[in-house]
Amino acid sequence: MSDHEYVPKSKFGKWFNDRLPLLTLGNHLADYPTPKNLNYWWTFGGILTFCLITQIVTGLTLAMHYIAHADLAFESVEHIMRDVNYGWLIRYIHSNGSSMFFLAVYIHIFRSLFYGSYKSPREIIWIIGIIIYLLMMAAAFMGYVLPWGQMSFWGATVITNLFSAIPFIGEGIVQWLWGGYSVDNPTLTRFFTLHYLIPFLILGLVVLHIWALHIPGNNNPVGIDIKKPSKDTVPFHPYIVIKDGFALLMFMIVFAFFVFYSPNILGHADNYIEANPMVTPAHIVPEWYLLPFYAILRSIPDKLMGVVAMLSAILILAALPWLDTSKIRSAVFRPLYKQFYWILVADVIILGYVGAMPAEGLYLLVARVATAYYFIHFLIILPVLGFKEKTVPLPLSITEPVLEGSLGLSTIKKEILN
Amino acid sequence: MKNIFKIIYLIILLLTGAYQVNASEKTQLLKTDWSFKGLLGTFDRGSLQRGYQVYTEVCASCHSMKYVSYRNLVEEGGPEFSIEQAKAIAASFEVTDGPNDDGEMFVRPAKLSDKFVMPYENVKAAQAANGGAYPPDMSVLAKARSGGVDYIYSVLLGYEDPPSGITLDDGVYYNKYMYGNNIKMSQPLYDGSVEYSDGTEATEEQMAKDVATFLMWAAEPHLEARHKMGFRAIIYLIILTILVYFSMKKIWSRIESEV
Repeated sequence: MSDHEYVPKSKFGKWFNDRLPLLTLGNHLADYPTPKNLNYWWTFGGILTFCLITQIVTGLTLAMHYIAHADLAFESVEHIMRDVNYGWLIRYIHSNGSSMFFLAVYIHIFRSLFYGSYKSPREIIWIIGIIIYLLMMAAAFMGYVLPWGQMSFWGATVITNLFSAIPFIGEGIVQWLWGGYSVDNPTLTRFFTLHYLIPFLILGLVVLHIWALHIPGNNNPVGIDIKKPSKDTVPFHPYIVIKDGFALLMFMIVFAFFVFYSPNILGHADNYIEANPMVTPAHIVPEWYLLPFYAILRSIPDKLMGVVAMLSAILILAALPWLDTSKIRSAVFRPLYKQFYWILVADVIILGYVGAMPAEGLYLLVARVATAYYFIHFLIILPVLGFKEKTVPLPLSITEPVLEGSLGLSTIKKEILN
Repeated sequence: MKNIFKIIYLIILLLTGAYQVNASEKTQLLKTDWSFKGLLGTFDRGSLQRGYQVYTEVCASCHSMKYVSYRNLVEEGGPEFSIEQAKAIAASFEVTDGPNDDGEMFVRPAKLSDKFVMPYENVKAAQAANGGAYPPDMSVLAKARSGGVDYIYSVLLGYEDPPSGITLDDGVYYNKYMYGNNIKMSQPLYDGSVEYSDGTEATEEQMAKDVATFLMWAAEPHLEARHKMGFRAIIYLIILTILVYFSMKKIWSRIESEV
C-alpha cells in the first residue's frame, strides 16, 4: 500500500522476510493509510475483533470443564459456576460476551448502512460481513443450547422444527439435524461440535474481511474517495490504534457492568431450570439479538413462507450494494435517505420489541406492518431513492471545503458529528 | 467526544430496552432491603445462617439442593459456619456409599465433601409424595424465576384466602404472587415456625427474608467475590481509559484534526 518497498533493518530480518514476508505484513498493517476523519462509529471493527478473541479464549476454557451430554450438561455448568476457579467469571464473560458481540455488530452494520460503506468498491467486504453475521447467529443459537436449560431445549426444538417447513424433505432434514426423533443427546453433541467449529470459521472470514478492506481502504464519514497516502490520511499506528483502544476501553466498562453486576439480566430465568421434554415453558423466546428476525418469522401466517421471509430478511442485505442505486455513499449528503435510515432503525427496534411479546392481537399487527416496511425499505425505497433524491454537493476532499454550494467544511463537520 | 456520548447513550437505551422486554411480564412484587444488592453488596452472615436453619427445618423436607455441598457452608462469602459446626451439620445426615470391598452398599454419616442429602430418591418419588407436584430443586431457584429473590420472598408471604368466585381443588392453595395464583405447596412459614438461636424473632417476614437470602447465596455462591472484583475492575478500567484518552489527545495533536 505504501509507496516505498519495506526492507527489514537486521540481516536476520531480511533473510526471514525474503522467505516469508511477515515483517512486510506487519509494516503494512502499521502504516496502513486511514482516513483521518473517521469517527467513533468506526471503532467497532476493532471492538468486534476483541469480542471474537474474548469468546474464543473463554470458550476454550469453558470447554475444558463442560460435558456435552444431555444428563450431565446442566450439572457441569453448575460445576463451572461453583467449583472451577473463577469459573463464574469465565462463564459470565462468555454468556454476556455474546450479547456484547451482537451489540457491537449491530452498531457496525448500521454504521455501514448510514455511510454507504457497502457500495462499490467494497461489496465483497460487505458480503463477507453478512456471512460472518449469519455464522455468528448460528454460533450464538447453538451456544445457548449447551447449558441444556429449558430455553436451550425448547429454543432448539422451535428453531430446528423450522426446517420441517421445507416441502417433501423437511421432516427428513429435521430428523437428520436432531440425530433422532426429538432434540436429545445426539443434538446436543453435534451442536457442541459446531459451536466449537464456527468461531474459527468466523476468524478465517475476519481475516478475509480485513484483507478485502485493505485493498480499497476505509470508507469515511464524508464518503468520498481519498488519495492514499495523503494529507487526508494517517498511518494506522499509532493514530487509529490509540483511538480504537480508547473506544474499546469504554466498551469494556459497559461490558464489565454486565458481567459483574447484572450477569443474568440479558438471559432468561427459565434457562436455570434443567431441560425437561415433558414441560413446555409459557413463552419460548430467543435471545434479544435474534428477536427482530423471530418477529418476522411469526408475522407470516404460513410456516414455510415465514421461514422464507426470515431468511430473506438477512440475505436481502447481501444484495444491498445493488439495491441501493445511489452513487453517493454517505447519508450526510442524502437528506431523504437519512430520514429513511432512521425509520429503518426504528422499524428494526420495533420488530425486536414485538418479537419478545406474544404473537397475538396488536403485537401481531405491528409485527406485520414492521415486517412489510422492512422489505419495502430495501426493495422499493432504496432503488427508487437513488434516482429521485436531490443530493447535497460533495466536497472535493475531506479537508477542503466544497467549491459549489453553501456547505462549508465547518458545516460538514457539524453534520457528521450530528 | 460528543459522538461517543451518543454511542454510549444508544447502548444504554438498547440494553435497558432489552431488560424491560424481559421484565415486562412481572407483577408488582413485595420488596425488602437486600444487603447483597448494590456495587459492594455482601450477604448478611446472620441472615444466611438463619436462612439455612429455615431451609433445613422447613423446606428441606420436600425441596432438594443437589448442587450445594456441606463444605460450601464453611466457605468465604457464604454462611461461614465454623468447620466444626459444618461437620456436625453434615454428620446429622446419612448417605448411602459404596460398594465396599465386599461389594455391599453401606450407610454412613455425611461428610463435608458430600452434596446436600436429597429428601427423595428421585423426581418420581418426590411427585408421588406431593400429589403429583414436583418440589423444585432449590440450588439455583433464585435465578430460575423471573423476579429472583423478590419473587421467592413474595410467594412465601403471598398466601391468602381465594377471592370469592374461585374454588380450588383439593391440595391447591391460593397465592397472590405465584404465576396463575395456584400453588400446590401449603403455606410453609408461620410466625414461630423455627426458633432462632441468636435471639432474632422468627416472624413470617423475617424467616422469608432469611431463607430467600440463603437461596440467593446457594444460587450465586461467588456473589461477594464478583462484586468485589467488579468494583476493582471498573475503577481500574476508568483510570486506564482516562490515561489513554490523554495519550490519544497528545498523539493526535501532532496533526491538526479533531478526535
